[in-house]
Amino acid sequence: MKHLDLHTLGPIIALIALIILGALLNPAFLAPANITNVLARSAFIGMIAVGMTFVITAGGLDLSVGSMAAFLAGIAIIAMNTVLPYLGPNWGTILIGMAVALTGGLIAGYLNGALVTKARIEPFIVTLGTMGIFRSLVTWLADGGTLSLEYGLRTLYRPVYYGGIGWITWPIIAFAVVALLGEWMMRHSRFGRHVEAIGSNDRVARYSAIDVGRVRLMTYLLLGMLVGLAVVLYVPRLGSASGSTGVLWELEAIAAVIIGGTALKGGRGRVWGTVVGVLILSMIDNILNLADLVSPYLNGAIQGVIIVLAVVLQREKRTAEER
Amino acid sequence: MKRRSLMKAAALVAAMGMGSAAVAQDDRTVIGVSIPSATHGFMGGLNWHAQDTIRRLGETYPNIEFVLSTASDPARQVNDIEDMMATRNIDALVVLPFESEPLTAPVAAVKDAGKFVTVVDRGLSQDGIEDLYVAGDNTAFGRVAGEYFADNLDEGAKIVVLRGIPTTLDNERVEAFQAALEGSGVEILDMQHGNWNRDDAFTVMQDYLSKYPEIDAVWAADDDMAIGVLEAISAANRTEEMWVIGGAGMKEIVGRIMEGDPQLPVNVTYPPALISSAIEMTALNFVSNAPMKGRFIIGSQLITPENAEQFHYPDSPF
Repeated sequence: MKHLDLHTLGPIIALIALIILGALLNPAFLAPANITNVLARSAFIGMIAVGMTFVITAGGLDLSVGSMAAFLAGIAIIAMNTVLPYLGPNWGTILIGMAVALTGGLIAGYLNGALVTKARIEPFIVTLGTMGIFRSLVTWLADGGTLSLEYGLRTLYRPVYYGGIGWITWPIIAFAVVALLGEWMMRHSRFGRHVEAIGSNDRVARYSAIDVGRVRLMTYLLLGMLVGLAVVLYVPRLGSASGSTGVLWELEAIAAVIIGGTALKGGRGRVWGTVVGVLILSMIDNILNLADLVSPYLNGAIQGVIIVLAVVLQREKRTAEER
Repeated sequence: MKRRSLMKAAALVAAMGMGSAAVAQDDRTVIGVSIPSATHGFMGGLNWHAQDTIRRLGETYPNIEFVLSTASDPARQVNDIEDMMATRNIDALVVLPFESEPLTAPVAAVKDAGKFVTVVDRGLSQDGIEDLYVAGDNTAFGRVAGEYFADNLDEGAKIVVLRGIPTTLDNERVEAFQAALEGSGVEILDMQHGNWNRDDAFTVMQDYLSKYPEIDAVWAADDDMAIGVLEAISAANRTEEMWVIGGAGMKEIVGRIMEGDPQLPVNVTYPPALISSAIEMTALNFVSNAPMKGRFIIGSQLITPENAEQFHYPDSPF
């Protein structure tokens, strides 16, 4: 048990080391405004990564989330602009936009999940396909340019990203709630136990009377809904969506999940680890911008080194424990 | 099994259809246009102008046919050009190379086959391949912006810069910008890559604002980045403190310059419509006696509230 504690603490130790490093390099790092920025920025990837933890733990994968986010942002903006002349710039219009994003997320998640579980296609291929589809659709909807929310609606909708309770803005609150619920579901709900059982051995899970297809489908639905929720909070930030929205979000989300200690082959999920992984990733970016450590050309390399190191550290401890 | 053979048959029919279409086109002039796909605002505008020009020229010159392809990476662009040569039998190629190096050999092969070649915006790595070169002026783009900063800021003023995707094009702009600032006493606090992307620029600007208590102006170098920068500044409640110069003339930004927004005093053009000049001149080569070979460099101009109207294209997506 002691060994287990040590190695599960790996990501947290890395996070604390990063926080100390950031504070030493630039005192502005710990200023409340900067902390708000970093946490609010992490919220989009964070909520998606929590959903991704369930999908990966059940032995699946979803490469389409970044494109899906761009597409959902696109249709939500179009929906709001369309109903604006009838309803006027009020919260009703914005609620319709939010509903479109969330329902769209559920439908997109169902599409991915059904293709994986009902048509029995490899999740990598299914979501690689839908990734291209969603990305092209948003570029097509925007006519190659950018879809922008009408100005009046933007002013009204803006506080959803920038406002909140004191310096704790709504995206941070939403991320925290999603993380807590996710952690509870993974640890204490029947759904969470089924997800882990399927990921570690789906045949045994099937013999234990678990409806494997249904549970897998549910993980994609959950992820789709969380992408929708991320979009609800993303749209008020810049009020626009284009073909370059959400590029590589899928890889950031998957990286955060793995850094957090969830196994890529499935079977072991750790939602709080994912949250730590997301924070590590966005803090690296923030620290590199705040401190002139290296040439900006090398930012990607530093990020790569830290990601690999974080996982290598966990691995060594795990093999030691298995011995 | 049945379904699979059905699909094979469908593919065969499609291939035959394309083949017969190519044969039917032999008596006409075919101009191939190969450009990168609409991955960000500027390229979106460029795609729109390309399609618009092709539609317009197709009506004006019924005997010219256009083949447009958009590629998402250099390797696909090479494939596109090879396909145009093999199946569409093009007489001329208008190409905006994704990257100079990988496209040089394939475009040289088109030239060797005796076709008219127009290169747009990004030069090939070997001189003398193209018949016509149409490009924006990246050095002027950086210089014009730099001169505005030098003329309108006091000595000791502090500015931050957002760079694009690391490329030679970006380097040329930034070097010219720095050269124009030399001796003015304006200090560049920081230069990070915002990758011509709204979200990235937003993040970088937020971090600049945390890092530097005093910033007098921002060179965002691109209007997509300017949008992200403006949003970050307004979230930090520092709109009064600094102005922002973008670039390329996005319609929303030009609109705000027309209204005299104090936060956006001017803009520098780098018109996505340069693809229209290139396509038009290539078409003219086939329908007129006007000489169309050589280099055509489109200057970068300063958009001010006085002249903004002539740079405003409300129909373009950019």
